[in-house]
Amino acid sequence: MTDPARRAFLKSAALGALAAGSGLRPAWAGEDAQLPFGNGERPLVAYPGKRPLLQTTARPPQLETPFAVFDEGAITPNDAFFVRYHLADIPLEIDPEAFRLTVGGHVERPVALSLSELKALPGRTEIVAVNQCSGNSRGFFEPRMAGGQLGNGAMGCARWTGVPLRSVLDRAGVKAGAVQVAFNGLDRPVLPETPDFAKALTLDQAGDGAVLLAWGMNGEDLPWLNGYPLRLVVPGYYGTYWVKHLDTVTVLDKPFEGFFMKTAYRIPDNPCACTEPGQAAAATVPIGRLNVRSFLTNLADGARVTAGPVSLRGIAFDGGSGIRTVAVSTDDGATWTEAALGRDLGPYAFRPWSLTAALTPGAHAIRVRATANDGSSQPMASRWNPSGYMRNGVETTRVQAA
Amino acid sequence: MRMLLLGAMIGGLTAGSAWAAPRTYAVPDPTAQLRPPKADSLAAGYEAAQANCQTCHSVDYIATQPPGRGKAFWDAEVSKMIKAYHAPIEQADAGAIAAYLADTY
Repeated sequence: MTDPARRAFLKSAALGALAAGSGLRPAWAGEDAQLPFGNGERPLVAYPGKRPLLQTTARPPQLETPFAVFDEGAITPNDAFFVRYHLADIPLEIDPEAFRLTVGGHVERPVALSLSELKALPGRTEIVAVNQCSGNSRGFFEPRMAGGQLGNGAMGCARWTGVPLRSVLDRAGVKAGAVQVAFNGLDRPVLPETPDFAKALTLDQAGDGAVLLAWGMNGEDLPWLNGYPLRLVVPGYYGTYWVKHLDTVTVLDKPFEGFFMKTAYRIPDNPCACTEPGQAAAATVPIGRLNVRSFLTNLADGARVTAGPVSLRGIAFDGGSGIRTVAVSTDDGATWTEAALGRDLGPYAFRPWSLTAALTPGAHAIRVRATANDGSSQPMASRWNPSGYMRNGVETTRVQAA
Repeated sequence: MRMLLLGAMIGGLTAGSAWAAPRTYAVPDPTAQLRPPKADSLAAGYEAAQANCQTCHSVDYIATQPPGRGKAFWDAEVSKMIKAYHAPIEQADAGAIAAYLADTY
């Protein structure tokens, strides 16, 4: 796996495919990338602390990771990690000495903690976890819908350092009758009438020990655009809950009514979280846990490879049960071979997979399907829902062997 | 002196809490512009879009939406801006903006 010549070959093959095919061009600043759907042109822009990323929007910043980055390893580098804001008054000046996390509401002792006080709380820990945007891959839905028009790059996996939210809740003393905990950060709407971006978790989940107040990402301070100096990490849950620049935690004795819980980020209330394409949902619930996905990362759609044994590799993940198997088909799903799983960084992390496949001369539709430890798997065709969330159909990469 | 300053900056960045001053971040300015309308009859909608949309977001928010989705799609988007996000857009302007967007995007 670590043979440098092999890695170099794969890299140049992947780059060639990227340049020639319908995938992304290499990420040089000043160029455009092309996502493979209508209005998919994206400028590649390097923000401070970031390498050139696909700019979905400038104000507020929404940046997508070039897909080739996911072939670099199971940990997404900080300078390549995607960025998603909702409201344009984002913090541009933060004094880490003056910063306080306030914990109030339905508690015995409201507290305001500095970063050094937070770092001294009991239970300091690290977890490797995937943060994926609810609308990752929205641009591929058909019919298409309004919203952030993302390819597959609004996801990433990092090692997060922080303390359990529970430590802070214990310090403040949650009163009897509490049911939810709400989270707000330093980003604000431009107009005071616009609903602020705030989210909530049930008290049970907030205090389960897995939800972190994180200041560290891959051994460094959080990048500014990923929530410096503190963000919520909710392993296994969509990124909408991972509130950035987190400065306010409020314990509630009734369910949170904010727009981004009550109206936005909701999915059809049925087992597939889906509707007939184009149809509204009869009832909805807040989005929750990630479903299982897998990707081929070393060959882009349209790649040309030498016939014979071809090394394939990629990543798989789910909402925290962990990956049981990854199966690969090189004949558009007719036959499947189980791939080898790579290093296990924990049940919330990207799980690398690899397989050497014999490709005969001609066209091949390579498909990848993961099954999680909870028994869930990916549908062969992606399902549809009105907001374009939770896309997880079996991906297809078309390559030509000669 | 320059070396000292540089050293102090690097020290501040790596030591974190040892750095007393606030930290700042600079975002690149938006560059996207609204597309001019194809017909003179849509000029009012174009002007209203210029005057309203960029209060809260850059107009790449518009240009990246799926192409050719038509009037119902853009009516719903403008309505969402008014009802959900409380954009202060007059009703007459809302219709004109949606007509311009539907014809242009």
